[in-house]
Amino acid sequence: MNDKMPILKISNLKKYFRTNAGIVKAVDGVSFIMEQGETLGLVGESGSGKSTIAYAVAGIYAPTSGQIFFQSFDISRPATKRSLSIKRSIQIVFQDPGTSLNPRRTIEQILMLPLNVHRIGSPKERRDLVYELLQKVQLPRDYANKAPGMLGGGERQMVAIARALATQPQLIILDEPTSALDVIIQAKIIKMLLTFQRELGLSYLFITHDLSLMRNVATRVAIMYLGKICELAPALEFFQRPLHPYTQMLLSSIPVVSKEEESLKPKKIQSRGEIPSPVNVPPGCSFHSRCPEAKEICKQIDPPMIELPGGHFVRCHLFS
Amino acid sequence: MEPLLELKDLCISYKIYEGRMKVIDKVTLTVLPGEKIGIVGESGCGKTTTMKSILRILPPNGRVDSGQAFFKGKDLLKISDTDMQRIRGNGISMIFQDPTAALDPVFTVGDQLIAVIRYGSKVPINRREARTRAIAALKEAQMPDPERIMSNYPVQLSGGMRQRVCIAMALATEPELLIADEPTTSLDVTIQDQVLRLLHSLVERRKTSVIFITHNLGVVRVIADKVNVMYAGTIVESGHTQEIFTNPLHPYTVDLLAAMPRLSGGGLEERVPGRIPDYLNPPLGCRFQPRCTKAQLRCSLEKPKLVEAKPGHFVACFLEAGNE
Repeated sequence: MNDKMPILKISNLKKYFRTNAGIVKAVDGVSFIMEQGETLGLVGESGSGKSTIAYAVAGIYAPTSGQIFFQSFDISRPATKRSLSIKRSIQIVFQDPGTSLNPRRTIEQILMLPLNVHRIGSPKERRDLVYELLQKVQLPRDYANKAPGMLGGGERQMVAIARALATQPQLIILDEPTSALDVIIQAKIIKMLLTFQRELGLSYLFITHDLSLMRNVATRVAIMYLGKICELAPALEFFQRPLHPYTQMLLSSIPVVSKEEESLKPKKIQSRGEIPSPVNVPPGCSFHSRCPEAKEICKQIDPPMIELPGGHFVRCHLFS
Repeated sequence: MEPLLELKDLCISYKIYEGRMKVIDKVTLTVLPGEKIGIVGESGCGKTTTMKSILRILPPNGRVDSGQAFFKGKDLLKISDTDMQRIRGNGISMIFQDPTAALDPVFTVGDQLIAVIRYGSKVPINRREARTRAIAALKEAQMPDPERIMSNYPVQLSGGMRQRVCIAMALATEPELLIADEPTTSLDVTIQDQVLRLLHSLVERRKTSVIFITHNLGVVRVIADKVNVMYAGTIVESGHTQEIFTNPLHPYTVDLLAAMPRLSGGGLEERVPGRIPDYLNPPLGCRFQPRCTKAQLRCSLEKPKLVEAKPGHFVACFLEAGNE
């Protein structure tokens, strides 16, 4: 088997938030392993906890319990308590480049900051490194003196990607990097991300709600619902044999543009109900309130994660 | 059949500090009674601006420079404010992208629905009657427990529920034309599916005409009978939905479809360089010409007209239709 150390290992991660309405279990016992060089697609609807996982890995949140390992290092703590070299190795790209770039800084200052913090290159070389970064994301040199507000949404996101690349990271967390952009720009950015991955051997933790996009980008896909993973499988297997009723509901809800895609959608299951409030998660399997195949046991016992052949994991009583 | 709505060579501009942005350039569009028309295009292409001009709710710096918008034979751009006010909600209703902003946070759902129903009613009705109708409208929009929802404030509802309220509100006055501006963009995919199915069944039952605006090609394929593809303030292609998706003619439509990631794998093709043109100084000829891989000299000098290339399939491109 693979004796290479996984780049990221998350075991039984929990992140709870205390709110006025009660305790929100945003992430409730999530475990997975990411291999070096892979793209793990973390897919879910709003409130499923996918971004909370991303933020815990990036060190924006400290986990309530559970462990996060980056290679052999335990990083289950906020970024302020991580070593500089770990911080350098893990970078994040946010959804909205309009708010993730400081509007009062020039692009040069934005790209210079990580170089200064991590002491990459000599102070003299850093300006050239900034130009190199711009060139990498196919932006003209004179953009260095512009402010983010003068750029289009797609160009801003490229700056954000360049900033993430500045520290030569090993793992990049992509938190819906293209969901605020038009499809034509999305195609451009995704192509670019895939090229960087190939050239630099990067690993991507790709957070998204777009399954069609994941079909083309991810090596493995994990589906989240109310703070838990309900299905995880290699991408091809996942789209050919979606097992969990929630996955099937998601797939059948996607509006597609061709007959070929239409034939891939599970026909039997139609979307119904809404995600319950994360403050009041239903007992048993949290999906039972919307599940067309729910049985008595689903209302009482939360199903365990089961491994099926081909690295296909599913958390549903139908398969136990 | 007499068209319900007919836009003819509509041109709209916005005044900004740097000058006048010529956003909408000669948009022509026809909606027949009972028809569901989709307008699809990227952000900033002028979909919403066009619709706002019909209802005369453009922001103060926007102006219709030329063209006509006939609704049942009357030019909406010429009629008096009182006549216009009578058409809003009664003849034409609109659903907006963000249901949170469309509903007033300090009034209950019931208060807002009742106000709309009483205002839009052709004969004066009392509050109690309006309330019965409001509950019926919510029930029809598949809201669980409509009596309780009536006394809820918008914040107490989820995004999907709020959009259902907006749909109920827009259809409660039995308009002849419904304009839906990205009604499912802010919703999750499973909720989007439910809302689309609901909207579809409601308008089918009433034979309401619909203009559905979206940037999502998949959504437009589900809901619309005919599709208009918009690029930088111009309609570049128009035809029956199936035809547009299986047999796109305009280079922009072709490239847009190629950029869509496909559930069956593939797509995400990166063919279009550059970005939407500067509306302050739009290209002289075809607005897509600077980004078009097939552009010829003529494209940069002359603006192609929307021409019927095949029966019912219109395209504005010199390459695909003679275009004299």
